[in-house]
Amino acid sequence: MALTVSGLTVHYGTVAAVSDVDLAVADGEVLALLGPSGCGKSTLLRAVAGLEPASGRVCWDDVDLAGVPVHRRGFGLVFQDGQLFPHRDVVGNVEFGLRMRGEPRTDRVAELLELVGLTGYERRRVHELSGGEQQRVALARALAPRPRLLLLDEPLSALDRALREQLAMDLARVLETTGSTALVVTHDHDEAFTLADRVAVMRAGRIIQVGEPAEVWRRPVDEDTARFLGCGEVLSATVAGGVARCALGEVRLPWAADGRARLGLRPTALRPADEGVPGEVVHRVHRRDHVRLRVRVDGRLVDAVAGMGDAPPVGAEVRLAMDEDGVALLPA
Amino acid sequence: MRKPLLGAVLVASLTACTLSSGEPEEDGERRVVLVTHDSFAMSEDVLTAFREESGITIDVRKLGDAGALTNQLVLTKDSPVGDLAYGIDTTFASRALDEDVFEAYRSPAAAEGPQRYAVDDTDRLTAVDVGDVCVNIDPAALAAKGVPEPANYADLTRAEYQNMLVVEDPATSSPGLAFLLGTIASLGDGWREYWMALRGRGVQVVSGWEEAYTQEFSGSSGEGPRPIVVSYASSPAAEVAEDGTPTTKAALDTCFRQVEYAGVLRGAANTEDARAVLDFLLSPEFQSQVPEQMYVYPSRADVELPETWQAAAPLPESPAEMDPATIAENRERWIDEWRALVQG
Amino acid sequence: MARTRSGLSPRSGPLLVALVPLGFLAVFFVWPVVAIVRLGFGEGGVLAVLGSADTWQLVAFTVGQAAASTALAVLAGLPVAYLLARTSVPGRGLVRVVILVPFVLPTVVVGLAFRTLLPDGGVLAIVLANSFFNVAVVARTVAGLWSHLDGRAADAARSLGASPLRAFTSVTLPALAPALTSAAAVVFLFCATSFGVVLILGGSRYRTLETEIYLRTVELLDLSGAAALSLVQLVAVVAALSVGALARRRRESALRLRGRASVARRPRGALSWTVVGVALAVVTLLLVPVVVLVARSFDGGLAGYRALAGFGHEESLQVSGWEAAANSLRAATDATVLAVVLGTLASVVLVSLSRGRTRRGVVETMDTVLMLPLGVSAVTVGFGYLVTLDLLPGDLRTSPALVPLAQALVVTPLVIRMLLPVLRSIDTRLRQAAASLGASPWRVWREVDVPVAGRSLLTAVAFGYVVALGEFGATSFLARPDTATLPVAVARLLARPGELNNQMAYAACALLVAVTVAAVAMVESVGRSRVVEF
Repeated sequence: MALTVSGLTVHYGTVAAVSDVDLAVADGEVLALLGPSGCGKSTLLRAVAGLEPASGRVCWDDVDLAGVPVHRRGFGLVFQDGQLFPHRDVVGNVEFGLRMRGEPRTDRVAELLELVGLTGYERRRVHELSGGEQQRVALARALAPRPRLLLLDEPLSALDRALREQLAMDLARVLETTGSTALVVTHDHDEAFTLADRVAVMRAGRIIQVGEPAEVWRRPVDEDTARFLGCGEVLSATVAGGVARCALGEVRLPWAADGRARLGLRPTALRPADEGVPGEVVHRVHRRDHVRLRVRVDGRLVDAVAGMGDAPPVGAEVRLAMDEDGVALLPA
Repeated sequence: MRKPLLGAVLVASLTACTLSSGEPEEDGERRVVLVTHDSFAMSEDVLTAFREESGITIDVRKLGDAGALTNQLVLTKDSPVGDLAYGIDTTFASRALDEDVFEAYRSPAAAEGPQRYAVDDTDRLTAVDVGDVCVNIDPAALAAKGVPEPANYADLTRAEYQNMLVVEDPATSSPGLAFLLGTIASLGDGWREYWMALRGRGVQVVSGWEEAYTQEFSGSSGEGPRPIVVSYASSPAAEVAEDGTPTTKAALDTCFRQVEYAGVLRGAANTEDARAVLDFLLSPEFQSQVPEQMYVYPSRADVELPETWQAAAPLPESPAEMDPATIAENRERWIDEWRALVQG
Repeated sequence: MARTRSGLSPRSGPLLVALVPLGFLAVFFVWPVVAIVRLGFGEGGVLAVLGSADTWQLVAFTVGQAAASTALAVLAGLPVAYLLARTSVPGRGLVRVVILVPFVLPTVVVGLAFRTLLPDGGVLAIVLANSFFNVAVVARTVAGLWSHLDGRAADAARSLGASPLRAFTSVTLPALAPALTSAAAVVFLFCATSFGVVLILGGSRYRTLETEIYLRTVELLDLSGAAALSLVQLVAVVAALSVGALARRRRESALRLRGRASVARRPRGALSWTVVGVALAVVTLLLVPVVVLVARSFDGGLAGYRALAGFGHEESLQVSGWEAAANSLRAATDATVLAVVLGTLASVVLVSLSRGRTRRGVVETMDTVLMLPLGVSAVTVGFGYLVTLDLLPGDLRTSPALVPLAQALVVTPLVIRMLLPVLRSIDTRLRQAAASLGASPWRVWREVDVPVAGRSLLTAVAFGYVVALGEFGATSFLARPDTATLPVAVARLLARPGELNNQMAYAACALLVAVTVAAVAMVESVGRSRVVEF
């Protein structure tokens, strides 16, 4: 493992922002630290960078970094709002890390600007750039000195959504192209799943679950994690022969083991269908590519989604069927 | 920022200690530190001639006005800041003597006139110059107003001089204090009534000589509103028209004599040479330069005044005088009383 | 468990650096002041002075006039700061330079000028003259921060329905508070300890702690009275500084700094033009006394200037006017270099400590202590030197080397007050970004803090330079006749009768103004070409 963190704890006064965290990132792997705001994920990232005094161990290739200050760790850092040097132009920012190492910079700067799609922006002043462009410069700046680990602190959350999605894709491509080992802090699971090879879910200073994105998505370890990952409804269920049954019907989950369990339902777990539990639409909202419904079923209100074309009107009687893609499986 | 930083260091190394280096101390050089007041001045030629003749370099250090000078000498009497002090005046001599700042030395030249002004018989202070404070008048302005020139203290309280006199505050100004002492020396206990009368005549009080003379007085270049001012007996020598006639004059019966003394400091590093420098201060070469350099009169009797001075600013013959001890004893009280009377 | 240490806050580093300015302060300020005050206590009678109603009247007047002068300087300085920071009117660069001129004018000259304007003198004249000297402190300190302030917060307020004025008072002004309170603290101290102006304009009717301490120390050698008053002065100054620190406490936070180019624009709208108009009026008023004295220097044709080339009437001076100008420049350079080095070190330490986890009280106490030289009477320090410095090797007591040291004592707090607000406003993460890119803590300072604070540093250099150029008290005591500076020459010439001396004095003043403008313009242009304008 390239990065190993063990027993890491960070105190702010008497409050532990990060408690006894163990974590490992393999060479070339992108790990996302996912959690609600205030869960300590940024503090953990800063401790890895060497910016927070912490107890515990942070090792790189089994070498303890305890005595190694930030500037000798060789970890690149990208903040939410870029933090570009206001007194330098684009090139001045990108070449900064190379200059610190006394490395030749012209070719590398050009290469990186091309990588982030900013060729031609060399002499622009940073305050003339849009937010997205600023983040690209920040990324190029962090990558330029070929850091052994890239630390990204909510790199996209200051951007508007369209830009965020575009840049998330670009970022994923850049991370892959450069073969970077990276730790990404985010509160957005889409972002985490887009970027990461593995996801670590954090809550209240602790790591609750680590796994591949699909695995974490499907099998949150507990109800809080499920809710954080978008499950609005958690119901008891029984699994038998790859089919889970709950109060709202049944769904095929071929990967689920038999026995008692709970199901976490995301809005997409329920769709109007010819068969299924009956209910009445009480509210509907158009979203970008679907319609979100609020449906009263057996006296309880549940979320469901419908296609743009065939969404039932408010007041309509519908039947709801369960969709595997919207269902997560929790231990009983 | 690399270059500016380097530049700053370069500038620093080039200019640092421009003042601090002072003159290089050469081996065996004989140097006397002369501490004096701000008004000290002497032509370079005279100082150079002395250095060439005696081998002694005089290192002049100014310590403020006469009061500041005296008080600093008192404060540092256990570890003097120089070898020789010059500029202690009548009003402060007593304090310096009481604190035993000086050691006794009678210069051979003291007999040539300076001894006339001796404070006491201990030879610790030697008179170098005399600077009388007198009322100065602007005759042209007075003539224009159709009033005669005042000649003495009493004249100044007459109705025709309403709002014409400007004086300095004795608390903040040395000529101001001298003028107050002059009124006390001449009028005795009557000085209080006298100042009440001046107050009734609209006397203006300012804090320093510069304001009084250059700004309020009509006879100076400032062409102020008041034709009568407290200044020095020597001031008219500087206000001479192009044809050589003086444009102001001093009322010689309103003068108070201030003598400036020099003395060798007790604990001086270089007593022998300090004595030689004191002799030099009394030499005809130095004394003859005293009027034009410092606007005061030489203490030697045998040195001629410059020609313009003989016409415009002769030495007052019978100024008021006061014993330094009396001044030291009463100064603070008199100033307080004066404040209450004139400004209360 | 091993301890992961942060590379950015090695605790011993800043504390070691702190020893340099603190050591300087201890030797050249604390020691002499404590020594002279102790001497005063030895004489007894301190309590009597403290108990007297007179003393408290002095305190009231001192604080009152200083507060009024500060308020006026702030009111007059803000529009000028706006002009300098947020507009791109032609002639702005010239304004930056000329507003510094009042700073170097010898107090005796300014005092005489204000006496001419307000012959009755009094409180109004004192307040006006004090503000006259200090408008530039407010204007340039505030402009330093304002020129980097992101205007969008104010735009947001406007869009929420705030009038331009309301947006200014509710958004912009709070953001400027760090610089504003810094400047106000400095101005307050300058005004509370202003000496020449109060003496000339107040006569013996209006006295302040400063003039009274001077009189008691220098003329009366009443050290116990002076010690008592010095203590009162110290307490008053510390109280004022603490109020300022409290006001600053919540205000200083990371600001979004922007490039200058993006915020300076042509004035738009009635309010903007009005403010620019007021600013120009203030600048004009500042220049009136300057113009008057330059005009006065031509009273006798060029006689005064011709005389300057020589040694004055009857060789009143041992240096020619030109030599005095050269002396002034040299002395000012020494003092500025020293003060900027000390002030920058001190600011760096203060910022590092407050960024680290040092207790806030420690940082604030240190900050206040570093300001004290501005609030203690120069004569107290000067007389303190007499009774202490002979114990140092080389007996500095009457050495001209004390001139730059003494000046640095006054300029250093000024440098700190100008640098600190900007340094504190730099987002820590900007520095962390640099560190993560391989910049060592020192390199971070060089690459991030220094360039971002460059404009303020430049202002500090310019200020240090003019303060040193105009310095009179210490220089007149300590400079040798052959190292006399221009202000010393002016005072000397004015203290003598005769028309030519007067013309020469004013010619020397005009020369001082010219030298100042040239020197400051040079500092600024050299600096600007090096510090990237952002």
